Amino acid sequence: MFRFVLRRLLEMIPVLWIIVTATFFMIRFVPGGPFTAEKAVTPEVLRNLEAHYGLDRPLHRQYLDYLGNLLHGDLGPSFKYANRTVNEIIADKLPTSLELGLLSLAIALTFGLTLGVLAAVRRNTWLDYLCSSVAMTGISVPTFVLGPLLVLFFAIHLGWFNASGWYVATDRVLPAATLGCVYAAYVARLTRGGMLEILGQDFIRTARAKGASEARVIFRHALRGGLLPVVSFLGPAVAGILTGSFVIETIFQIPGLGREFVNSAFNRDYTLVMGTVILYAALIVTLNLVVDVVQVWLNPKLKFD
Amino acid sequence: MLTPTTLPAAAVAPAQLEPGHSLWGDAWRRLRKNRLAVAGGAVLLTLGFLCAFGPLFSQSYQEQNLDLGAVAPSAAHWLGTDTLGRDLFARILYGGRISIMVGLVATFVALAIGVVYGAVAGFFGGNTDRVMMRIVDIMYALPFTIFVILLMVFFGRNIVLLFVAIGAVEWLTMARIVRGQILSIKKMEFIEAARSLGFGKRRIIFRHMIPNVLGPIIVYTTLTIPAVMLLEAFLSFLGLGVQPPMSSWGVLIKDGAEKMEEFWWLLVFPGTAFSLTLFSLNFLGDGLRDALDVRSAKD
Repeated sequence: MFRFVLRRLLEMIPVLWIIVTATFFMIRFVPGGPFTAEKAVTPEVLRNLEAHYGLDRPLHRQYLDYLGNLLHGDLGPSFKYANRTVNEIIADKLPTSLELGLLSLAIALTFGLTLGVLAAVRRNTWLDYLCSSVAMTGISVPTFVLGPLLVLFFAIHLGWFNASGWYVATDRVLPAATLGCVYAAYVARLTRGGMLEILGQDFIRTARAKGASEARVIFRHALRGGLLPVVSFLGPAVAGILTGSFVIETIFQIPGLGREFVNSAFNRDYTLVMGTVILYAALIVTLNLVVDVVQVWLNPKLKFD
Repeated sequence: MLTPTTLPAAAVAPAQLEPGHSLWGDAWRRLRKNRLAVAGGAVLLTLGFLCAFGPLFSQSYQEQNLDLGAVAPSAAHWLGTDTLGRDLFARILYGGRISIMVGLVATFVALAIGVVYGAVAGFFGGNTDRVMMRIVDIMYALPFTIFVILLMVFFGRNIVLLFVAIGAVEWLTMARIVRGQILSIKKMEFIEAARSLGFGKRRIIFRHMIPNVLGPIIVYTTLTIPAVMLLEAFLSFLGLGVQPPMSSWGVLIKDGAEKMEEFWWLLVFPGTAFSLTLFSLNFLGDGLRDALDVRSAKD
């Protein structure tokens, strides 16, 4: 296992390098720069600005400098927020996205696993149809429809919550519910599918024949294997949840990293775009590794190789 | 997993004497029994028909009536009007055209790339396969949603670019599925049996391999369309998708969400149309998967 993890960690380096390089050059080759939008910039000021941020140097120098700084964990200064570094911005915004993400994840797992297991255990009964329909609804109603609808009903019509913002504890409810519901729906479907497949296998019959209680059969024997598809789905999903959903943060005006990313792309804030992309990519790659390890742990048939 | 239904029928009696049950006949029978899938298909046909021909007969989707402004649903405007006095029903039909078209075209792009790539990898096997699949693995790790957003921000909101960008994101899973299918089918017993019966290569490929690979492709295509439409709407919601005067369901939902406090219908009806379409596509895809007895990568 140690060798497996080590090899995968080494494999991450070229993947991350490709992502960094592709993003770096993609941003530079597009029309418009970080300072083109500002009106009152004279050519002289522009030259000074570019010199200050090193934008006047040859592209390959900029690239090598960036890589060098990146190796020291330095993501550079933001082009749009004067006197702030990308590291600071991420440190400032990430906790908000993390909080929202963890809350949503808790909701997704609680409801998703419950619905999925119920549907699988009571297959083809009204309970299964109910759970499956709820899950299908959750998948088919996207966050940018569900979010505003929840706001319309619970915040505007009933007045229980604020329509947007991120100040008091109750402000967390609607965004987390919106994001959580969608993922809960996926988790439920995957759990049901995974459980059904496991429940049809011989070792489950053996367990039942041994006289194991139904609860033990389900939770001890079946759930372990039934979770496999959920785990592989959760890897990339968690990365997306944690780095912030652009849409959720836009709808509810939450000062998180997702909104920052979209804005930075619009602003041509090169370094902030790079910083967010790198963070997201690193998270995905790491979580994919975690997923692979967990899968081997859950499924005795798999081996590290 | 795969149903070599052609084999038992052929083995029991010569196919000429008894029509037997073809893969597609069986699938069609099973699909018809699945009420949700049939309902989904019916809804899709209706919506597709309305969106395709409705705008020819309905009120103009872009004719403004500023004196009228936004009015709630009424006999004159079934689903109300927007703040510029434009008929919402007509706008939903017109937006549906764009959304469905984006869904179909981008899925076709993904399908074409994915099937060719996967089939080549699966057919040649060995090192070719290893390298090609390694590339897919690496691309899976790329934050594609982010790349699509960057593409749309940087290169303007061109609808052709939208197709290509979305298609380029969605082909990976298709490639994996097709490659896996081709690989597993190459070694299946019914292919072996077909060979030992002396069938020619062409017959084996067209009668035995293709039908068994087509199932997963069809199923996954049905499930890709909603994913693609979701991505388009997501981009439109961020203001990066289709641009005015064109309009899509994502654009309508975005506008509706901004004005919902006063004019709820602007959010509710486009949202319903969009969700209903996704709902139907997903049910149809599920039904097809059960009918063709395919296990997709999704679950």
